[in-house]
Amino acid sequence: MFAREDRLVRWHLLIAFIALAVGGLFGPLQALNRMGISLYPVLGISYYQGLTLHGVLVALVWTTFFICGFLIFVTVRSLNRSLVSLGAAWIAFWVMLVGVVAAGYAILTNQASVLYTFYPPLRAHASFYIGLTLVVVGTWILSAGLFVTYRRWRGQNPGKATPLMAFGVLVTFILWDLATLGVAAEMLFQLIPWSLGWLGGIDALLARTLFWYFGHPLVYFWLLPVYVSWYTMLPKQAGGRLFSDPMARLAFLLLLVFSVPVGLHHQFADPGIGHGWKALHTILTFSVAFPSLLTAFNVIASLEIGGRARGGAGLFGWVVRLPWGEPSFAAQALAMLLFAFGGVGGFINASYNLNLIVHNTAWVPGHLHLTVGSAVTLTFAGVAYWLVPLLTGRQLWHRGLALAQVYLWFFGMALFSFGMHWAGVLGQPRRTDMATAVYRLAEWSVPDLFTGVGGTILLLSLILLVVNVAMTAFFAARGAVVEMPKAEPAGGAEAAPWIFERWSVWLAVTAVLIVIGYGPVLFELVRTTTAGSPPFRVW
Amino acid sequence: MRVDLYEKVWIALSLLMLLGFLGAISVSVFVHGISLPGAEQRIDPKTVVNEPPFATPGIRETGPGEYEVYLLSMVWSFVPNEIRVPAGARVTFHATSRDVTHGFTIHGTNLNLMLIPGLVATGTATFNKPGEYLFICHEYCGLAHQTMAGKVIVEEKS
Repeated sequence: MFAREDRLVRWHLLIAFIALAVGGLFGPLQALNRMGISLYPVLGISYYQGLTLHGVLVALVWTTFFICGFLIFVTVRSLNRSLVSLGAAWIAFWVMLVGVVAAGYAILTNQASVLYTFYPPLRAHASFYIGLTLVVVGTWILSAGLFVTYRRWRGQNPGKATPLMAFGVLVTFILWDLATLGVAAEMLFQLIPWSLGWLGGIDALLARTLFWYFGHPLVYFWLLPVYVSWYTMLPKQAGGRLFSDPMARLAFLLLLVFSVPVGLHHQFADPGIGHGWKALHTILTFSVAFPSLLTAFNVIASLEIGGRARGGAGLFGWVVRLPWGEPSFAAQALAMLLFAFGGVGGFINASYNLNLIVHNTAWVPGHLHLTVGSAVTLTFAGVAYWLVPLLTGRQLWHRGLALAQVYLWFFGMALFSFGMHWAGVLGQPRRTDMATAVYRLAEWSVPDLFTGVGGTILLLSLILLVVNVAMTAFFAARGAVVEMPKAEPAGGAEAAPWIFERWSVWLAVTAVLIVIGYGPVLFELVRTTTAGSPPFRVW
Repeated sequence: MRVDLYEKVWIALSLLMLLGFLGAISVSVFVHGISLPGAEQRIDPKTVVNEPPFATPGIRETGPGEYEVYLLSMVWSFVPNEIRVPAGARVTFHATSRDVTHGFTIHGTNLNLMLIPGLVATGTATFNKPGEYLFICHEYCGLAHQTMAGKVIVEEKS
């Protein structure tokens, strides 16, 4: 079943894991650098070139390729029909891959050490911007194919509720397509023509604003596929059922509605944007936290059903009975635990006032590693532990090492992010070559120790993950019998309100909120734009 | 749509928590006067160094215990990079960049600004305790970003 789609999924996962392996290796170097140990002279590259590789490969390439592959896999099984055009999906894959190679060329030749936020007027080689744009174009092609596949399914199944997995996929890609409009505008109207010398100047503030219009919903693009697994698969892996199917749909829809007009909370410290707009984005960011609070209740209640079915009793006895010895379950449950702390930190980041204390400090990457580095990456590792055997027909190479990997990631990340948050509160800047900084405060040395030790444990965990996945994919014994976990709803096929299936309504509400949250801000920036800045290459 | 009783309680508590946070933020803004940079006029980053006030960056006294600093940032330094004030000084910083985007934060204060070419960022800090306050660039601005720093020296009142 779906052998042709699965081949495409395998290719996506291959690129994803190569990106994670290469990009991930630079992470521990950065953690050690904060401790004062710089290995960059040995490698012959700068801290910032390594940091750009880490950010682009891990935050952009690993996530995007894994998500596209995983969501193709989920869509065809959830709707039980093939992609309407497998050819278009392959074209999408190749466009993305060509984009990665083009951007990778610029980074590896040190022509694009601009970090993964690429704020102008730092100017990278044009192939960096064109390459990243191609990655986005590829995802658009794929999403169009998935939407048409859904329309076909809808045509043949009138009146039927969309399967929850497919529901999550649709929200993910609608959100992504809306969010990428911002970065596409930045690329097409600003960065690409400017980097080619067709434009003399660039408006740095407008570019930042377009970037963050995209940059915050980007994190929900990472997170929504995780929620697909937590809602529709993990309860089954825990031996339970999904507590509430309609409330899961509500959470997905609220994430769609609120996730775009929140990006200004990355720009609280920027001049040129009015206080009222910053305050509005604080409120909207708090609103987008609400569906994650719904998710916490629903998913934990689902796990409780599993724990009790496995014989757990009492208030917390069910927690102990959960399958903590299963790598796939443990990875996702621990990812959830780390994400809870990420959520708490997120409230602080989004707070109009508290943001002043943490903006651009080590706190922020500390937070990001609890979200994309744990909630997302550790969940994807957990998914890979069943998905790779299913796709290759080979058994998981080493279950014990998989389990070790999961717990090492958890403890390594706990130490690392604790150190980073702590140093951040003490004012240590983010993405700075601290080993050679002219200021190194004594009060940072203990937090830096946590950061460095945590990063080293994460390196070990990363190696275990990559080796295990590679061995499973290519060398392990054949004969794996694996099924996609699919959680049934506890309330049976309880119908969600009809309005949950009216995509036009939700798109309209989303569009209105985006126009309110961003319309006047962008209009004012475009209206007052000036000749702007010439390009700088200062690395 | 049926919503479980416990879930209703959870939803109510979640909403209360969010409203509580927003209330606390409002208090800090309207009672304690926490402020962020706001709307600003655009300037030309290419000519900013040729025209006043950034042609002559530095500190000036605007009233008893009140100062303003025009601070210019560039790859990879601040001008001025040493600022002397007496204890108790209330200092308003007006800062911009003549090249790439920089950041500006003073250790031990709440001052935290992005210095974006084409805009002047403004923020205020009060220095009550004598001593040296490190300030640094906190936005990546090139190969020697980690060397971009300065200090505010707060002297005992004479």
